[in-house]
Amino acid sequence: MTELTHLTIAEARDGLKAKTFSATELTQAHVEAIEKARALNAYVLETPEKALAMAKASDEKIAKGEARALEGIPLGIKDLFCTEGVVSTAGSKILGNFNPPYESTVTRNLWNDGAVMLGKLNMDEFAMGSSNETSAFGPVVSPWRREGSNVSAGASGAIEGTHLVPGGSSGGSAAAVAAHLCLGATATDTGGSIRQPAAFTGTVGIKPTYGRVSRWGTVAFASSLDQAGPIARTVRDSAIMLRSMASPDPKDTTCVDLPVPDFEAAVSRGVKGLKIGIPKEYRIDGMSPEIEKLWHQGAEWLRAAGAEIVEVSLPHTKYALPAYYIVAPAEASSNLARYDGVRYGLRENGRDIVELYEKSRAAGFGREVKRRIMIGTYVLSAGYYDAYYVRAQKLRTLIKRDFEEVYAQGVHAILTPATPSSAFGIGEKGSGDPVEMYLNDIFTVTVNMAGLPGIAVPAGLDAQGLPLGLQLIGRAFDEETLFAAGQVIEDAAGRIKLPQAWWA
Amino acid sequence: MSVDEKTVRRIAHLARIAVTDEEVPHLQGELNAILAFVEQLNEVNVEGVEPMTSVTPMVMKKRQDGVTDGGYPQKIVQNAPATEDNFFLVPKVVE
Repeated sequence: MTELTHLTIAEARDGLKAKTFSATELTQAHVEAIEKARALNAYVLETPEKALAMAKASDEKIAKGEARALEGIPLGIKDLFCTEGVVSTAGSKILGNFNPPYESTVTRNLWNDGAVMLGKLNMDEFAMGSSNETSAFGPVVSPWRREGSNVSAGASGAIEGTHLVPGGSSGGSAAAVAAHLCLGATATDTGGSIRQPAAFTGTVGIKPTYGRVSRWGTVAFASSLDQAGPIARTVRDSAIMLRSMASPDPKDTTCVDLPVPDFEAAVSRGVKGLKIGIPKEYRIDGMSPEIEKLWHQGAEWLRAAGAEIVEVSLPHTKYALPAYYIVAPAEASSNLARYDGVRYGLRENGRDIVELYEKSRAAGFGREVKRRIMIGTYVLSAGYYDAYYVRAQKLRTLIKRDFEEVYAQGVHAILTPATPSSAFGIGEKGSGDPVEMYLNDIFTVTVNMAGLPGIAVPAGLDAQGLPLGLQLIGRAFDEETLFAAGQVIEDAAGRIKLPQAWWA
Repeated sequence: MSVDEKTVRRIAHLARIAVTDEEVPHLQGELNAILAFVEQLNEVNVEGVEPMTSVTPMVMKKRQDGVTDGGYPQKIVQNAPATEDNFFLVPKVVE
């Protein structure tokens, strides 16, 4: 029998139903795998007792024939989701030992469907980063290694050699899924934070349409861009998870009152008769020839499955990233004003209230977060608001209009690379110029700016033996087409062989 | 546009983040790198374009204006660094 940690969610669901193994056995296998993988730093908090109690409850449900959609499925939770009675930090020192007295809607939906919580996953501080290097808990080690690399687990259990980053901000989620430390994980995406780490780790990640998933109880970064979604090992698993995560929610006014489709049913739909657009503006200077080739290959796979491939134009693509670096920091500077050392989290005392704020925030926020709050403060300040913020919001209108015009021509989905390169090593990017790191999101950020759904699917390996992903962008609230087309790519490419547990 | 050291200090104060003398030049360099990057937006003619206010075309949900939650002050203050009688404690604000 396959190791329990190597099952897909769909296989685990079948095995539990057939009573081949119990939810307790499945959870126990993951608890042990997590213990042996601490050197990867994927989990910032393990909750084995809670996990086993939840698994026991699932076994009782299964015995009574009352299994729910995710009954007994062990999941990892990005530490951006508030979980009742379980410390939630957003990867920041400023939240300290914040222990939420409430549960986020996303995690509540998962538990209501019978899922089991293994623990909280590492992430870039406040989801700001593309490599998981900004976390207050230290970087996550990717389970992937370059061919012939010297990275190994030393005698002390610590990692030796220059390891690769898993991407970010959902780096812990992607690493945990790729390293078989959970069957699936929650993640969030403001500019690419689900799709870029999924691409770097050979996993599947979908950012749903803005409004598909409730943001209630999820720590806010940029409210008009933030959206939660799953990272999993197959397209089908991501569809199963998203169906449970999504729901209308009276507590989030931007969460739509639309019924959640049976996403899993869409997986086997195929792409026959669909029109898939290839945007010429995504052919950027300096893109690796391997990615160019893979992109072409992806289009051929879809064509062979019956789709029509057409060239399309999204003329404002190049302005999405600069506009994002105005809009997202502006919203962040406003959202993060709440961390004041008064109501929760870290406090550094001062002579007066202003000094208390300034010292608490200086001590609690990391460098990248401070930088973004300050850019946001600047672009919203008197005299600069029109030149920066209003202009960026006008660009956003143009970016969205580009997509609308393409979809009006009958295009059902758009195929692009997910990232401009495969995973890089720790410390390799962004040490001098923050923009170097920001360029990682060049293919993903347009999707957030336009509020559309996007899925990253592993499609092959590069010459270093590292995974590369393709992205499919859909029409608003049409995640189903992305699952259908994503499955065609997964079938054609073959499932990526994930790394052996060299760290254990 | 670029920022000088004085502006960096002013922004830091507006953002309520204390900065040290050593941090200011680094922040200045990083902020200017970002501002130089976003400069390219000026190439685009945005005349007559409406700034985006809502990314999905939807009507804001409304509900009855009534109390739906509350009545648990201990829960509200349980994570606060300093409290007294279910109030948050801060240094004296009014002299």
